[in-house]
Amino acid sequence: MSKFKKKKGGDLPAVNTASLPDIVFMLLFFFMVATVMRENTLMIENKLPQANQVEKLAKKDLVMYIYAGKPSSQYRNLGDQPRIQLNDKLANVSDVRSFIREERASKREELIPFLTTALKVDSEANMGLVSDIKQELRKENALKINYTTRQGDALEN
Amino acid sequence: MAKRAAPEVNAGSMADIAFLLLIFFLVTTTIETDSGLNRKLPPMEETEPPIIKEKNIFQLSVNKNDQLFLKANGNDGEVVELKNLRELAVAFLDNGGGQGDEACSFCRGKKNPSSSDNPDKAIISLQNDRQTKYKTYIAVQNELIAAYNQLRNREFQRLYPNSGMNFEEANKAYNDPRTTDASVKEKLKERLEAVKALIPQKLSEAEPKSN
Repeated sequence: MSKFKKKKGGDLPAVNTASLPDIVFMLLFFFMVATVMRENTLMIENKLPQANQVEKLAKKDLVMYIYAGKPSSQYRNLGDQPRIQLNDKLANVSDVRSFIREERASKREELIPFLTTALKVDSEANMGLVSDIKQELRKENALKINYTTRQGDALEN
Repeated sequence: MAKRAAPEVNAGSMADIAFLLLIFFLVTTTIETDSGLNRKLPPMEETEPPIIKEKNIFQLSVNKNDQLFLKANGNDGEVVELKNLRELAVAFLDNGGGQGDEACSFCRGKKNPSSSDNPDKAIISLQNDRQTKYKTYIAVQNELIAAYNQLRNREFQRLYPNSGMNFEEANKAYNDPRTTDASVKEKLKERLEAVKALIPQKLSEAEPKSN
């Protein structure tokens, strides 16, 4: 009789969680590999516009980044006009040239002609600022530029 | 002495540690955007502006309210919608209204005599206002590049029907660091240059107006 009796009521057996660390590690490794640590802390709003005729930037180490946009909410005291950010601080249009020279000096000489300037400009910024930057880049003969955008339909900007 | 079994290390907290790290990386991850519209700025040297026939210029201006105004094909100018811009630019570039030396053998356009002669002569001129929004500028640039790419794709496929790719794909393959074979690269470059010579990107930007 007792042979067919269930042991101890209807308790559910505990779910085996032994493989949980493996799953989590797998995710962890994915994110570790996919992560690019931000080089600069942005002090400005930087919502990039979208476009679909994009080309990839080939080499990350040959790119100089220039950010522009309105100061973000914790820097409201700096006004609400779009500003330029170079490295970690806000800058004026006149600082662009020295920034380019500095960046060039830090690179090997034979790589200088391949340097590209990536303009990461907020979609709400106005063209006045962008063309001022472009003018400075022309003066410094940094002619290869890239308007960094998100993938998407440009008509929805 | 009886051998004592080494006590097993408790691995129960391993998951917690891994979760902690996982959450850290999740929070710090920003999938960087590293693609965009490549452009080349004109050099600073002042050169004598060449004399260009008016019918070869596609004069596009964007005002501070992000409206587009187009003066081309011999008309007095009209307000155009952004969504029609690509079509208009393609029609202009592909018009092929030239005669004799300036005739365009591959154009499939309307051959309107008051529009561009051939894609090599056709120039798109863009004028912004200082108050124009950057996103509008990018959208306009995107549409104009799309128009060029559309024609270049067509010509690439006409010239190299057996390559199994179009201009954009060929360009991507050429710039891909995984394409290491020198002969493949050389061949791609040659074809890309040929199409680029056929339909050069002549996009000129004027200094923005301020008011």
